[in-house]
Amino acid sequence: MTNEDDMPIRSLFIANRGEIAVRIIRAARDMEIRSIQAYSEADADSLAVRSADASVLIGKAPASASYLNIESIVSAALRSGADAVHPGYGFLAENGDFADAVESAGLIFIGPKGSTIRHLGDKVVARTVAEEVGLPTVPGSQGRIENADAAKPVLKEIGFPVLIKAAAGGGGRGIRIASNQDEFENFAPQASAEARAAFGDGGIYVETYLRRARHVEVQIVGDGTKAVHLFDRECSLQRRRQKIWEEAPAEAVPDSIRDHLCRSARDFAQSVGYRGVGTLEFLYDSDTQKCYFLEMNTRIQVEHPVTECVTGVDLVCESIKIANGEPLNLQQDEIALRGHAIECRINAEDPTNGFMPDPGTVTELTIPDGPGIRFDSMLYPGCTIPPFYDSLIGKLIVWDQSRSATLKKLKDILGELKIGGIKTTKPLHQALVEDEDIIAGNMHTGFLDEWLDL
Amino acid sequence: MPRQQIVSPLPGTFYRRPSPDQPPYKEEGDSVEVGDTVGLVEVMKLFYEVKSDQSGTIGKYLVGNEDTVTAGQPLVDLGE
Repeated sequence: MTNEDDMPIRSLFIANRGEIAVRIIRAARDMEIRSIQAYSEADADSLAVRSADASVLIGKAPASASYLNIESIVSAALRSGADAVHPGYGFLAENGDFADAVESAGLIFIGPKGSTIRHLGDKVVARTVAEEVGLPTVPGSQGRIENADAAKPVLKEIGFPVLIKAAAGGGGRGIRIASNQDEFENFAPQASAEARAAFGDGGIYVETYLRRARHVEVQIVGDGTKAVHLFDRECSLQRRRQKIWEEAPAEAVPDSIRDHLCRSARDFAQSVGYRGVGTLEFLYDSDTQKCYFLEMNTRIQVEHPVTECVTGVDLVCESIKIANGEPLNLQQDEIALRGHAIECRINAEDPTNGFMPDPGTVTELTIPDGPGIRFDSMLYPGCTIPPFYDSLIGKLIVWDQSRSATLKKLKDILGELKIGGIKTTKPLHQALVEDEDIIAGNMHTGFLDEWLDL
Repeated sequence: MPRQQIVSPLPGTFYRRPSPDQPPYKEEGDSVEVGDTVGLVEVMKLFYEVKSDQSGTIGKYLVGNEDTVTAGQPLVDLGE
């Protein structure tokens, strides 16, 4: 890849941290783009800062003073002489006002337009778009409900249990499960209050609670006109609604259903003129073989490497090329699935002590290597994991020809990964990789929480 | 006699109140019982309540609201 004069992006400001910042720096390097890393006072010695061509201090350690501070980030990006800003995931990645602020400053935002982020970030709007392209949604309210009384007709129609969700939600916040009318009347105001506190929007909606469903998602890429899908992932293994293990493809989904989901996801992206990489999330009920649209994430996902492994497409490079104004040169019929990939999230948490966060200094580090093995991380020997941010410190991704071969390889490779000085979720993955149900592919979104309670 | 102190169980950011629009858990001079919450520590986006393992009186908060703390750092001096 070259960086010709007609390419507007010559230098890229990375408004994120941790492993995704390192991932973006690598993509920039591949594209001969200069990388400029934003960092907080807590991240001055981070791998991202050490890896980037330049770095700029954006504020104090708390995220609200640095990685969530739009004004500070935009002014630092301008001062640094960057042409574009990559938001990564989390922090401001799905904040339409941030995207607008970046573009108003005359910089390119790597991702969708602010208006698209706001539009699809409202789960009620996203459900409506999904229904328009023929994607079923989980039975529930047609739009927002204003109070418990207003929900009575829909509750009568769909029955209990129901999920009460924040219209503006994310990360499991503002979600309640109600098993009956009394619980509903109790929990609905709580969910609304929590949603207002977390997202500044108390809007809620209700949908049927599918306890045994799988979490399946489809990766899409669009250039604003044309969109393609890059097949599916299964992310059913979650602890308290946080994904911990992801696979591509979702082997439990039959090919005919996969085809329909992937094509509809592409239609969805095309119908909204989507620009950038994005993910449509679904629940899949293996018993009834029914699939339901949940929401769309308008950014790169943590688990994007499993899709890169099975399709050979570099999603971060694609997102930069699209922001550069290049038309998508991926052709749908040229994108094929090859083999199976699994990602294990390595978090600085102690799985033997209630997943208590364990920030600190990494005293020893051995990273496994070999064909089909990838470790995306923020680690180097002697690095310090600050307590201020997410506990994700690395992702071990293993690829092989089949799911069973990948599981076998993963088991060996987990044994080779050594991170000393802090507690991590590696032992959890070592137990999961040998679990009979997981080997058999019998997962659902409640699986891990039940498994951990044993 | 060594002063009695409540220490932070975890590294992170210390908060004196359950949320920004609520009053502090304790003021200096308040009495404190075993198990009373005296603050929150935010670590890796999770919040842990700091509970007193002694009873007595809050003598002095040794760290401010939103200060960064380390594991084992004294947070509160207890009086009689």
